[in-house]
Amino acid sequence: MLIRVILTYARPYTNAILTVLALQLATTLAALYLPTLNAEIIDKGIAVGNTAFIVRTGGWMLLFSVLQIAATVCAVYFSARTSMGMGRDLRAAVFHRVGTFSSREVAQFGAPTLISRTTNDVTQVQTLMFMALAMMVSAPISMVGGIIMALRQDVGLSWLITVAVPLLILGVGVVIRQMLPQFRIVQTAIDSVNRVLREQITGIRVVRAFVREDVETVRFGHANTTLTDAALTVGRLQALIFPIITIVLNVSTVSVLWFGAGRVQTGEMQVGALTAFMAYLMQILMAVMMATFMSMMIPRASVSAERISAVLDTESSVVPPVNPTAAPPHAAQIELRDVSFQYPGAQVPVLEHVSFTARPGQTTAIIGSTGAGKTTLLNLIPRLFDATGGRVRLDDVDVRDLDLNSLWAHVGFVPQRPFLFSGTVASNLRYGKPDATDEELWDALRIAQAEDFVAAMDGGLDAKITQGGSNVSGGQRQRLAIARAVVRRPDVYLFDDAFSALDLATDARLRRALKPVTQHATMIVVAQRVSTIVDFDQIIVLDDGRIVGQGTHDDLLLTCPTYQEIVESQQAAQDEVAA
Amino acid sequence: MTRGEGVRSEEERAAEARRGPAGVRRGGPPHMQMGVPGEKASNFGPSARRLLGKLAPYRAQVAVIVTLSVLSVALSALGPRVLGRATDLIFSGFISARLPAGTTKEAALEGLRASGQGRMADLLSSMVLTPGVGIDMSALGRVLLLVLGLYLLAAGLQWLSGYLLASVIQGTVSRLRTDVAAKLNRLPLPYVDGQPRGELLSRVTNDVDNVGTSLQQTLGQLLISLLTVVAVIGMMFSLSWLLTLIALITIPLSMAVTGAVAKRSQGLFVRQWKHTGELNGVIEETFTGHGLVKLYGRQQEADATFKVKNDELYGAAFGAQFISGTIMPAMMFLGNLNYVAIAVVGGLRVANGLLSLGDVQAFIQYSRQFTQPLTQVASMANLLQSGVASAERVFQVLDAPEQVPDASATPATRPATDAHGEIRFEDVSFSYDPARPLIQHLNLTVQPGQTVAIVGPTGAGKTTLVNLILRFYELSGGRITLGGVDITQVPRQELRSRIGMVLQDTWLFAGTIRDNIAYGRTGASEADILAAAQATYVDRFVHSLPSGYDTVLDDEAGNISAGEKQLITIARAFLANPDLLILDEATSSVDTRTELLVQQAMAALRSDRTSFVIAHRLSTIRDADLILVMQDGQIVEQGSHEELLAKHGLYASLYAAQFSGAGGEVVSAGGAAGGRSRVSAT
Repeated sequence: MLIRVILTYARPYTNAILTVLALQLATTLAALYLPTLNAEIIDKGIAVGNTAFIVRTGGWMLLFSVLQIAATVCAVYFSARTSMGMGRDLRAAVFHRVGTFSSREVAQFGAPTLISRTTNDVTQVQTLMFMALAMMVSAPISMVGGIIMALRQDVGLSWLITVAVPLLILGVGVVIRQMLPQFRIVQTAIDSVNRVLREQITGIRVVRAFVREDVETVRFGHANTTLTDAALTVGRLQALIFPIITIVLNVSTVSVLWFGAGRVQTGEMQVGALTAFMAYLMQILMAVMMATFMSMMIPRASVSAERISAVLDTESSVVPPVNPTAAPPHAAQIELRDVSFQYPGAQVPVLEHVSFTARPGQTTAIIGSTGAGKTTLLNLIPRLFDATGGRVRLDDVDVRDLDLNSLWAHVGFVPQRPFLFSGTVASNLRYGKPDATDEELWDALRIAQAEDFVAAMDGGLDAKITQGGSNVSGGQRQRLAIARAVVRRPDVYLFDDAFSALDLATDARLRRALKPVTQHATMIVVAQRVSTIVDFDQIIVLDDGRIVGQGTHDDLLLTCPTYQEIVESQQAAQDEVAA
Repeated sequence: MTRGEGVRSEEERAAEARRGPAGVRRGGPPHMQMGVPGEKASNFGPSARRLLGKLAPYRAQVAVIVTLSVLSVALSALGPRVLGRATDLIFSGFISARLPAGTTKEAALEGLRASGQGRMADLLSSMVLTPGVGIDMSALGRVLLLVLGLYLLAAGLQWLSGYLLASVIQGTVSRLRTDVAAKLNRLPLPYVDGQPRGELLSRVTNDVDNVGTSLQQTLGQLLISLLTVVAVIGMMFSLSWLLTLIALITIPLSMAVTGAVAKRSQGLFVRQWKHTGELNGVIEETFTGHGLVKLYGRQQEADATFKVKNDELYGAAFGAQFISGTIMPAMMFLGNLNYVAIAVVGGLRVANGLLSLGDVQAFIQYSRQFTQPLTQVASMANLLQSGVASAERVFQVLDAPEQVPDASATPATRPATDAHGEIRFEDVSFSYDPARPLIQHLNLTVQPGQTVAIVGPTGAGKTTLVNLILRFYELSGGRITLGGVDITQVPRQELRSRIGMVLQDTWLFAGTIRDNIAYGRTGASEADILAAAQATYVDRFVHSLPSGYDTVLDDEAGNISAGEKQLITIARAFLANPDLLILDEATSSVDTRTELLVQQAMAALRSDRTSFVIAHRLSTIRDADLILVMQDGQIVEQGSHEELLAKHGLYASLYAAQFSGAGGEVVSAGGAAGGRSRVSAT
């Protein structure tokens, strides 16, 4: 998966990558040549007392050092450009893919994981790519080059390479293998310590009111001990790695000197070649080590690549029509015919055989307990989901045949969790109608019963709204979300439990204010409170995804037991209203 | 961080590789590896010293670790020098073998001079030569065994000190964490409430973690690096002062280079962070508001904004990565210059017989060993900065003022409390901020067994009032008595153990339903838990869950509804079986049928107990023995439902407002914001 992602997104950078490879080759060759030159200084300069040669060779060494740094800096430049560019492209690809998703795919993944896939996971792959280009590719070059150069110096000692390399891999590999599972344990332990602490802070009143400080201390103590033990294991293993490496390297050096001395003795080898061989062996071992450590990054990046691919490979369940029809202006009648909805792989459908018609100028309410399918039903109308059975129609046209933008232009939607974008009050209100005048905005605010508090806010319409609308209260957020829908003056209003954070009085005034503007529009409201919907033209009672009652409040009181039950549960309040 | 393996010491590469697993462990954004934008400690020195002070309990271990490190560094610093002897032995043996056998060294040198090879003679003059005899393999063997022993011992000592250091660091961090957790229990609530959301949490979790990571990654290395620099410079001087001076020139050079590059990249990293934050904001918003973006036809705008931010991030990330990526090559280049200079100057001196070849070899190794720890110390500076900054933030929590200690009265002298007795507020005043008085001179008497409903607009002080009973806050005037005893004379735990509480915010911890109910009373039996669950209707829905009471409530507790969560908190209070109850009714409507159960459960809980209810529901208000109407920290009206309605005061108007339905003139009451400031629009 990682390779597929990299191959796909590296293609535009083929030239840059080839350049990096060439430069890394040059760098490595320059680096490899330095010990040879040093060996020549010893053999042809020092050993024969030729000082001019020493100085001249020193000049060559300098030149190669300059070449090396030049090539390296260029390689870093192209590596950074390629990897950051790939990261940018990949991020854009994931972002755009999510843009094509319907709410169903977004719900299935969950917004938080989609966010982290677009950000953190892409960064993982991007970093791996940078490391690979800037360092990893040079490991094999350096290894092969080092071996060739070492063999050029002396073939007789080459067996040392075949001993030292596996020894190093084995030594470091065994420790790392032990460490990897420990990292996971540490991470889990950190999570649980943090969870206990988080609970201690968020639940501080409960902890104190129930006098559970001691219990919390014990709970924390357990988590802390687990974490400390695991971290200690990791720390102790980590303490092993460095000494292991030093030992392998130093034993190799000593061996080269010992076995090399024998070969010098018999005249099979020069003294300078011995030093050079030593340098090359070090180089090979370093490359091996680098490759070993770098390879530790791969599993993590692979997981990230898989998570990214999962997004990129998901097709939206809402497919835009091939030959779209534009929705007629002021189309408003919504008709559901035998509609069912079931998540793929789910055992129980969310909605089953739902049919009803909501007409312009009419108010339709949907009521039912949690999980009855109310929100899903509402989402089917603007094609945030597509029904898996039956048909949803807008003015006799199947919504699946409509041009999506023209369908959405007809709808004013207020979600269950009123979500505001960062910006100002005005930018939020203009979200669905960028050219709305201030007058239109105030008008909508008046209807949404938000005029007073917006006027009182610092800056009025230009008051800042932070991300998610966290700087206004839940009730205010809800009213701004309603105003945002009203600004559009849509033909179909969809309210998903949009009055829940309002007190009954505000709720009542708001509905009264909405009446004139929704005169010719279709209004569908998901509600919890019976008091909100008593005077609705049509009430749909949902239970476990089926319609169990349909009619006016008075009809349903007589005919629908589920509705009666709901009303009874709110009886106390109902009595008061009647009083 | 690119290579050029030929001219870097093994330690340097090993150290670099060693950072590998640490990087995996930290799991932080990997682009941080090259430069953490310095969040700086405001008091670096004192905070760093205090952090080191936390190691005090491990004084003995630290002494051992330092000793082991000194020994290890000294032994490994000797290595190249001895190894140089080996090279000398090989070289001289190699030369000797080529001299005519049977002559003396002097004779051989004479011969060379005579044949016009004066330079060669100079070179050989300082060597121990036995003409005609090759390398002294037994001497070489001895030297190499010595080196091997030195290195093995050094590595062993290093491992031991690393092993011990791990215990010291983990022990220290563990204690720090325990201190912080214990401190949480002693922090006064106003302090906790006054912290920005998530701030305290981040200090006790992220910052403590960061302190641990920084200590682990810097402490051991810092010690070794500094010791190595000292040892290596000493060895270098003992070999050749001229070469040492050449090598030392690299220090200011490398400092200047790293400084210059770090300065530039620091700014770029800050930009990269800023752009990352902005881009993440755009992504988060677009994904969270996914449906809205589509329905309101804003996908194209969202794409355009994303593209701008994405390109900005690319620019900054590329710059930061490239500039910081040049540090390593630059340092390497300096190392190479050093290498070349030493090879040439050293070579010339060997040729002139002023230095042995082995010494030059050793010198080259030393010079690589000493530039490397310098770069390391420089690169650790950032990590250290951020670790100390975190420590400072943790210390600030540890130093926060604590709540007033409990009354130290011994059980004998302490008056017995009787929670069944009446509760009196006598001239009680309280405010969060002295400049803005909230509750002033409040008087109230509640008889045992009464249900007191508290109503009033948001911000009237309803929640504050009940918090005072639990002594979550300290009064600024007056006193509260329970059965005639001032509650400040009773230890908090004893006071609170008599009081049960159900909050609007249904706080449950991650655990099973059973554990969450059992939270109400230590050592509650299974039967007690079941009884509590049955009395509060928890039992009903638990039976429909696949794992029953063993259902684990995760962080989001998505598996049960809000109403069901509330039922569990009621069961928890029921199990606690308190004498006094404090209930904060939920405002937001939960699933209607569950809500009915919640009301019934709360009623069951209230029976026969003195209870304070922050009321949102009419049924509670109507049945209450006493209704307190609060406004701006004052009880403006009190009495029964009928009495208050008859008064036609604030209560009557609040009541009318809430239930006017289609009525006319309205005073907004429970609404989140409406009531307080009304300014008419344009």
